[in-house]
Amino acid sequence: MTRYLLPLGLFGALVALLFTGLYLNPREVPSPLIDKPAPEFTLPLLHEPEKTLSRQDLLGKVYLLNVWASWCVSCRDEQPVLMRLAQTKQVEMYGFNYKDQRDEALRWLQMFGDPFTASISDTDGRIGIDWGVYGVPETFLVDQHGIIRYKHIGPVSQADLDTILLPKLRALQGTSP
Amino acid sequence: MTSLHHLLRGLLRTLAVIVLCAGTAHAAKPDGLDLPEQYESRYRTLITELRCLVCQNEALSDSNAELAVDLRREIRGMLVAGKSDAQITEFLVARYGDFVLYNPPVKPTTLMLWYGPFALLALGVLIAVIIIRRRGHTAPTALDSKQQQQLQELLRQQDEDKNS
Repeated sequence: MTRYLLPLGLFGALVALLFTGLYLNPREVPSPLIDKPAPEFTLPLLHEPEKTLSRQDLLGKVYLLNVWASWCVSCRDEQPVLMRLAQTKQVEMYGFNYKDQRDEALRWLQMFGDPFTASISDTDGRIGIDWGVYGVPETFLVDQHGIIRYKHIGPVSQADLDTILLPKLRALQGTSP
Repeated sequence: MTSLHHLLRGLLRTLAVIVLCAGTAHAAKPDGLDLPEQYESRYRTLITELRCLVCQNEALSDSNAELAVDLRREIRGMLVAGKSDAQITEFLVARYGDFVLYNPPVKPTTLMLWYGPFALLALGVLIAVIIIRRRGHTAPTALDSKQQQQLQELLRQQDEDKNS
C-alpha cells in the first residue's frame, strides 16, 4: 500500500500545480513599476488642450489613473463601476486617454460618463510606453509621494474595487502625506 | 454530383480565405524602412528577441499589434540615438518586466523557469534508479532443497520421455 503513496502524492502535487495554473491569467503581466516612482509626464488635458497636467501637479494626493480609449470595448464595461466610485468621492480619478482622437474621446465620455477629475491625452502612446501600458483598460493606484502602488490590468469590476482597490486605497489614505 | 459540388465550393472558399489573409499580411505597414542600413542587422536581432505583450507568443518582429508597431518605432529611435543593445533591452524591461525577453536572465524569480525542467528530469531519473535497484534485489533467489528435488525429478522425467 505504501509503495503507491509516493507516486500518488506526486500526481496530486502535479494536479494541484496545473489546477492553479488554470486560474492564472497569462494576460496579466506583473508590472516592474510597482513601488517605483510613477514615470514623468506632462500631457495636454483632453477638455482643455492648451493646459497641461504633469506628475508634479498630482503629488500630495492618492489618485487612480485609469487608462482608457474610445476604441476600447471593455472600457465601456468598467465605466459604470468608475462612475459609482466617483459619486462616493473617495478618491480622485484621472483619465489617461491612450492613443485616441480628441473628438471621439470627448463623445465617448458624453455617452458613457466622465468620472475623471481630468483626462490627459497621450495621442501617440509614448507616455503609455513609459507607464508600461500594453492593454487598455489599465488602472494605476498612485500614492501621495508619486509612487505607483498597484496596477490593475483589464476592466475594473465592482468586486475588484471592493476587494482589492478600495482596501489598498484606504490603507494609503490612512498614511499621512 | 452535388457532394462533389459542395466539396469544390468548400475548397474555393478556403482558398479565398488563405489568399485574403496573405494579402493583409503583405499589406501591413512596412514600418522599418526609415532606419539607416548600418542599424538594420542589430534592429532585426533585437526585435526577434523581444516579445510582444499583446499577442503574447509573437516576437515584436512578427506582431502587427499597435503596441508592437510603437515599440519598434521606439527601438529604431533609440538605435539612431546611439543607444546600445543592452540599454534598449533595459528600457523595455524597466517598463514591461522580464516578460518582454525571450531569453530572460537567471535570477530568483526565474530559477523555476530555467532549472525546473532539469529538476524534474533528475527526479524522474532518481525514481527510475530506485525502482530498478529494488527489482534487482528481489530477483532470483536460490531454491530450497525440496524445490531442488522437484526440479531434479522433472528433468529426469524429461530425459526419460526423450529416450523412450
